[in-house]
Amino acid sequence: MTLIKTKQGRRSFIKVSALSGGGLMLGFNWLASCQPSVKPEAGLQLPDEWFDINAYLKIGNNGVVTIFSPNPEFGQNVKTSMPMIVAEELEVDWKNVMVEQALYSPEKFPGAPFGQFSGGSRGIMSKWEPLRVAGASAKQMLKEAAAQTWEVPVEEITTEAGVLHHETSGKSASYGEMAAAAAQIPVPEEVELKEPKDYKIIGHSKKNVDGLDIVTGKPMFGMDNQTEGALVAMAVHPPAFGLTLKAIGNADEIKAMPGIKDVFGIKAYKEGFKRGYFDTNAFPELAVVVGNTTWEVMQARKALVAEWQPIESSDSVIDRFGADINVHTPAGLENTVDHNQQMEALMDKPGKVVRRDGDPESAFKNAAKVIESNYSAPYLAHNCMEPMNFFAHVKGDKAFVSGPLQAPGLIEPTLAHSLGIPEQNIETEMTRMGGGFGRRAYSHYMVEAALISQQVNAPVKLIYTREDDMTNGIYRPTYRARYRAALDENNQLLALHVKAGGVPESPLFANRFPAGSIDNYLAEEFAIDSNITTGAFRAPRSNFMAGAEQSFLDELAEAMGKDPIEFRLELLKRAQENPVGKTNDYDASRYAGVLELVREKSGWGRNDASMHRGVSAYFCHNSYVAHVLDLTMENGKPVVEKVTCAIDCGIVVNPDAATNMAEGGITDGIGNALYGEMTFKDGVPQKNNFHQYRMIRMSEAPKAVDVHFVQNEINPTGLGEPPFPPVFGALANAMHKATGTRYYHQPFLGEGISLG
Amino acid sequence: MATFSLNVNGKKHQVDADPATPILWVLRDHLNLVGTKYGCGIAACGACTVHLDGVAVRSCQLPVSGVGDKTITTIEGLSEQGDHPVQKAWLEHDVPQCGYCQAGQIMSASALLESNPNPSDADIDAAMDGNICRCGTYTRIKAAIKTAASN
Ligand code: FES
Ligand code: FES
Repeated sequence: MTLIKTKQGRRSFIKVSALSGGGLMLGFNWLASCQPSVKPEAGLQLPDEWFDINAYLKIGNNGVVTIFSPNPEFGQNVKTSMPMIVAEELEVDWKNVMVEQALYSPEKFPGAPFGQFSGGSRGIMSKWEPLRVAGASAKQMLKEAAAQTWEVPVEEITTEAGVLHHETSGKSASYGEMAAAAAQIPVPEEVELKEPKDYKIIGHSKKNVDGLDIVTGKPMFGMDNQTEGALVAMAVHPPAFGLTLKAIGNADEIKAMPGIKDVFGIKAYKEGFKRGYFDTNAFPELAVVVGNTTWEVMQARKALVAEWQPIESSDSVIDRFGADINVHTPAGLENTVDHNQQMEALMDKPGKVVRRDGDPESAFKNAAKVIESNYSAPYLAHNCMEPMNFFAHVKGDKAFVSGPLQAPGLIEPTLAHSLGIPEQNIETEMTRMGGGFGRRAYSHYMVEAALISQQVNAPVKLIYTREDDMTNGIYRPTYRARYRAALDENNQLLALHVKAGGVPESPLFANRFPAGSIDNYLAEEFAIDSNITTGAFRAPRSNFMAGAEQSFLDELAEAMGKDPIEFRLELLKRAQENPVGKTNDYDASRYAGVLELVREKSGWGRNDASMHRGVSAYFCHNSYVAHVLDLTMENGKPVVEKVTCAIDCGIVVNPDAATNMAEGGITDGIGNALYGEMTFKDGVPQKNNFHQYRMIRMSEAPKAVDVHFVQNEINPTGLGEPPFPPVFGALANAMHKATGTRYYHQPFLGEGISLG
Repeated sequence: MATFSLNVNGKKHQVDADPATPILWVLRDHLNLVGTKYGCGIAACGACTVHLDGVAVRSCQLPVSGVGDKTITTIEGLSEQGDHPVQKAWLEHDVPQCGYCQAGQIMSASALLESNPNPSDADIDAAMDGNICRCGTYTRIKAAIKTAASN
């Protein structure tokens, strides 16, 4: 047993209780109104009375437990896995658990702005302790209640599957019977946490708690909001990055169209507002059409005539979680071809040195052979299946907002400022998101919805069309990398040099592998300013660097005449036994562990002339993933037969859901490597819907994905992102085996070429 | 504006709408049946798939004036209790990630199995290639279709 401080005094508990009992300020909560606040599973009876125990759970008088999932859900399945962790420590039967999405509440779930954040693969990792403590505290309070009722020592009370026992007296009671008394018990200062070997729920797959609602089409997404009397709004943004709204030309004509209520312009930020790091927004001024139905508003916005004008270049100070950073936004209409030329030009100039070990310059001078390869990747659009949208009802100095967002804590201060109301007057409901991938960490659309509601003084649902979503993006930046290796006359590796840059940021992680495994190492980077908005996209920066690095290591292994897995393991052995430098940010033994596991599970040594195999391994978001990807060629087209995947992310809370996430990350990686691309011409995004933006489809997905987890008792780390970056290299390396060609530039397949 | 009478999930409905309004928006905005999803509006993603007289169609492309007396089935009407074999197979394989595409996937899959109870991999690919899953649940979708076929 581990003893742990609960960090939760009686006072904070009272505060939490009062809040959870507090009514909704506008008296309306959409999700709660369209779904029963608890979902009776087969045979589950609703209790007559609920007792609030803490922010994470309440217990009904019949023993049914509602667990609140604190973080927003976008397909990573935290709405199931987070409650599983609470239930484990509470010692309740999973069958008696109902799950609700918590509202945004920095009081209940401290740690703002990241207290209820979904992104960076940090959900389970950051909530691992609070979730366990919540369950364990509640269990302790139930035990205390039973001890007081039965007048026996609390230490003699045991719990199992929602029942309290006292062996000597033979007394027992369900959690439901003790819930009222437990709610009066002070929160313990210290609780015992279970040992992993005793887990009954964690590590045992549980089905998605929203599964039935999803397959029966119940309303649960922001898009599905059906608030009575709500108007539909759509916004028109400038056609090109580098432009802003000047004027709306035909507002009166549009207002006269059927079903249209209003046409006006909005400004997302008030004068003098200091933007936060996630207030990325290329088009803070928009033309807005508001009307009765989606179709009517769609027709009206097509007819809207707006005038645009060029933006001026600007320098702004942005608040990066308390630290000021300077951002330069150039004026002008940018082009992908120019970006590529600028990046190539900088590639040939000295970059900013971010790490140097040994004497790489001399090593290159003395090399018998230098191998050099250049890699590139384009901008990517997130293309969440559910386009951006938000519901808002602003009434006087109060606001209720509901919709898909990853980072309520990051946007709420902005919203309060833009509306001119106090933050505590805003209630934020987080709906299940139809995908996020980083895009919904930038929730400018929520501010837009609220400003529109304020203007028309009515509840409003703002909807982005697919075209809006794709062309008003916060894209994955475009990147370049050059890898060079110096070999001696015996083909031994003397030095490695990486230079990487991008628009508008460098993708480099200078202290990641293979840094630490090579005596002479040089890492340089560069960045180019741009007015095209970019941001986090599933495994930011790693999603490019992994592919470049792991492709280069493959090429290097080939040049050195080594097996690609063996070569990586040799480097990792060096990093483990005698690391170069002190700032290496990975654990070489865990890295080697996933490579060894994937070698074994994929049958790497197997000799099959028709199967072309590529390997890749990467560390990011505190987890280690290795893939072996098997390709065959059918009628000259590559077919992904199988991907074998080994993951070390510590304890796996919900294995089947974790496997699903890895399968999805792999398929997503293959799709983006082959097809993903956004380009710009005179500031205009060159793709606006799925007829132009190629997405991976059923026939191109791997025929099989075989996922294995390293079994250990290390606290859980990230999983939503880590399986994604290494796919790019595994695919490129397998395609090289299949075709004899190295694939350096994404997307690997142009338009018109497809997988078999 | 014109009045249309529609047969949706076995019930008759009268709606007043612009004749060009796609059934997708009639379902979502007029009939409050929001299980059918908007993903692209141009027949390129499959999120809006419904059955028209049992055949899978993209509801974003079907104007309300073009329905006539054909019957429409949406995800809400596929079964009474969520126990259509395809829905059951989806739950068994725990297919969804974000879930947004899944109504469309299920409607495409159930129409496929209606016309071809024992589809090959190639049949499944052909019938399902119009449905994008951004989360990449394709391997599970295929497995679930096979399970549903075998039941
Ligand atoms: S919304 Fe109809 S196919 Fe995409
Ligand atoms: S489950 Fe998210 S798009 Fe398919």
